[in-house]
Amino acid sequence: MDLEHGSKTKLPAAPAAATPACQCNNKLLQLGDRLVAVQPVVLRAAAALATAVAAAVMALNTQSYTAVVAIIGTKPLMQTFTAKFRYTPAFVYFVIVNAIAGTYNLLVLIIRRLILQRRTGGLVVHMLDMVIMALLATGAATAASMAELGKKGNLHARWNPICDKFGSFCSRGGIAIVSSLIGVALMLALNLLSAAANAHRPNVVGQ
Amino acid sequence: MAKLSRLITAVLRLAVAGAAAAAAIIMVTSHETTSFFGIEMEAKYSYTPSFIFFVVAFAVGFAYSLLVILVRPGSTASRLVLLSDVVVGMLLAGAVAATGAIADVGKNGNEHAGWLPICPQVRAYCVHVEGALIAGFVSLLIHFLSIMYSLHAVAEPLCCSH
Repeated sequence: MDLEHGSKTKLPAAPAAATPACQCNNKLLQLGDRLVAVQPVVLRAAAALATAVAAAVMALNTQSYTAVVAIIGTKPLMQTFTAKFRYTPAFVYFVIVNAIAGTYNLLVLIIRRLILQRRTGGLVVHMLDMVIMALLATGAATAASMAELGKKGNLHARWNPICDKFGSFCSRGGIAIVSSLIGVALMLALNLLSAAANAHRPNVVGQ
Repeated sequence: MAKLSRLITAVLRLAVAGAAAAAAIIMVTSHETTSFFGIEMEAKYSYTPSFIFFVVAFAVGFAYSLLVILVRPGSTASRLVLLSDVVVGMLLAGAVAATGAIADVGKNGNEHAGWLPICPQVRAYCVHVEGALIAGFVSLLIHFLSIMYSLHAVAEPLCCSH
């Protein structure tokens, strides 16, 4: 049973004496084949979307507010405080890694037919999948640790939390991190699928 | 040949376990108290959740690496080991990344958030944490080397024997 050919099998004309149960089984098998064939594509598209959304949301994350800092005579002195993603190296790394992952998944989706004709192509994609998944995990972890620091601060180091002043910056950052973690989970599922496919079929052609 | 590959795998895993234990122990023993303009400043790993995560993750990595040496290559358990290897590698990488972010803030501060760097005040604590990070990096590197070796050497007999 090949992943590529499974969806192409047509249901043979059922003989008049076929029982409804037999027909139902065949239809279920056909549906199962189709699902199995389409799984890697759906997973990869979802992972590309999740990582692209994470990169975009974090890259457009900015918030500023103006406050009175001093009063000179009768004139109040205003200053604008801004929070941008590029003020924190951890968030910059997060955006870069998510952009790389999103571009990679999109590329693999587009040139899928070309690559997966040979077995080495499938193995290279599997290796790159693992590397990019590990990079994504590090990006999400470092952004989450900075987010936790921004939310709770650190009394012992005299670092005050910033989330009470920059509320929507924090919540948008949280959304980006959650989206990136979903992308990591999807890429892990892709990895498991690739591992299962590569291990059970030594002479597989296409995937 | 199988014995040689088993030996190499065992050596790699022992190296991972050793480096992971070193990273966890160095992080746990990081502690410094100093007086800064009359204010008492104490720096300890347990004051930062990321550092606690670092210690726990590398303790898990240490125990896992030792347990995995007992798995026989070629059995069904060794396929599960390939999968859990990747998961544990991601856990260790995440721990190193999170600790690296906090260490960077501690060393360079973040002027936009009004966070002053603490390394000039607690010099020895900073060096300690840096040492733990280096040990963590080494452990991560050898772990990924052992994954690559497992995929290359162990998976081939798995695939061709069918």
